[in-house]
Amino acid sequence: MVRNPQLDAHGALRHLLSIEGLPRDVLVNILDTARPFVSVTEREVKKVPVLRGKSVFNLFFENSTRTRTTFEIAAKRLSADVINLNINASSASKGESLLDTISNLSAMDADMFVVRHSQSGAPFLIASNVREGISVVNAGDGRHQHPTQALLDMYTIRHYKQSFTDLTVAIVGDVLHSRVARSQIHALSILGVPEIRVVGPKTLVPDAFARMGVRVFKRMEEALRGVDVVSMLRLQNERMDGGLLPSAQEYYKSYGLTAERLALAKPDAIVLHPGPMNRGVEIESSVADGSQSVILPQVTFGIAVRMAVMSILGVG
Amino acid sequence: MSASPAFPMVDPAALPAADTLVEALVAQLRTTVDPARCAMVGIHSGGVWIAERLHRMLGLALPLGTIDVGLHRDDLETSGLRIRMRASMIPFEVAGADILLVDDVLHTGRTIRAAMNELFDYGRPDRIRLAALLDRGGRHLPVAATFLGAHVALEAGREIVLERDAQDTLLLEVRARSGPREPAA
Repeated sequence: MVRNPQLDAHGALRHLLSIEGLPRDVLVNILDTARPFVSVTEREVKKVPVLRGKSVFNLFFENSTRTRTTFEIAAKRLSADVINLNINASSASKGESLLDTISNLSAMDADMFVVRHSQSGAPFLIASNVREGISVVNAGDGRHQHPTQALLDMYTIRHYKQSFTDLTVAIVGDVLHSRVARSQIHALSILGVPEIRVVGPKTLVPDAFARMGVRVFKRMEEALRGVDVVSMLRLQNERMDGGLLPSAQEYYKSYGLTAERLALAKPDAIVLHPGPMNRGVEIESSVADGSQSVILPQVTFGIAVRMAVMSILGVG
Repeated sequence: MSASPAFPMVDPAALPAADTLVEALVAQLRTTVDPARCAMVGIHSGGVWIAERLHRMLGLALPLGTIDVGLHRDDLETSGLRIRMRASMIPFEVAGADILLVDDVLHTGRTIRAAMNELFDYGRPDRIRLAALLDRGGRHLPVAATFLGAHVALEAGREIVLERDAQDTLLLEVRARSGPREPAA
């Protein structure tokens, strides 16, 4: 069997590249470790010395102000030095190869790379070429994975629902192109969620997803009936341009999360969204701001979860 | 380190019961602690168990706080994060508080340093005093207990561990030190 490149010889986390293939213990340890970091964010001094003296490089080959900012806050609250590199605007445009960029940054004594790239697998490539002692965190690669987003979603679900083993979770929207959905499906399965549903138009939620162990629904009303968790995905405008959807209005009519549709879920069901959200396209404003929405707690927990991941990678 | 004359020295082969040492602490604290003002904080795990008893017996008005020093330890680089760290819970205003920190066994003083750093992240206390069940000596830092159950002299390579069973009975045990690294106590 090929060893999981994210784990060292003792099974400890060395890089966080993908949720797929991670043992349940590793996921649970990240969620458990995040809990004390939530309490750090509630103090007057929101800083602990866990990564003091370490350098974290945020390498964003694809724009993302929000994810980059949450990683930056997390690293700073761990007392690391954070260097933000917007690669689009620098070396790549001068023709330097990805691995040359990494070698150069490694020579600047980097301890951790947080990588966002439009190409699936780019963080894997980097992780397999960095020297011992440098960790890589995937902050989203192509359509492949967004592991820290899925982990913060799991933390949020556990916070409100306590356990995973009796839940029904519906993931709604552009599942096909979503690295968030892919990571969520892996995480929910590993943590023992018995029923994972995916729903959206056929062009965005093909039947082939059933092979991932999820139930594929075409009608929103059926998919939401009796669920404990509704996880919304962002609808990217490119999908309309590519002919996969007629219009945002059409989409909202069939798959928008309205108060009326949410009423089909359990009365205590929670609503997640990874942001940035399009009100009136995938979610009704009154739902986004309603009592069942946990979208803002997700953001707060996201910092704690990223602190946990970076601590585990940084000091073991 | 020589025992301060104020607190008794006990033989590791004949350790008093943990609850006897708790009683000894209560006797010292009753005359010096103001139950209306004293903000007690136990250090996980053993210190919390002791603090729960002291808090109850002294009838303190402010709720009990608990601290996990995991994020302020000075050996993270070599030993890594402990699994199952707990969140510190400080349910009172630290700024201006009269804090009584509680731990089970005082040894190198490093845990107390970490606990004080953690407390200062919440605010600037008026005063911090330390109550410990046992002081086994071997300090690496200039830390001393204000209140102490007893001193105990241990041979190198031995450690004292406080355990709690399902009936909430506290048990002190002297045993060979586990693991290669310096204990953080």
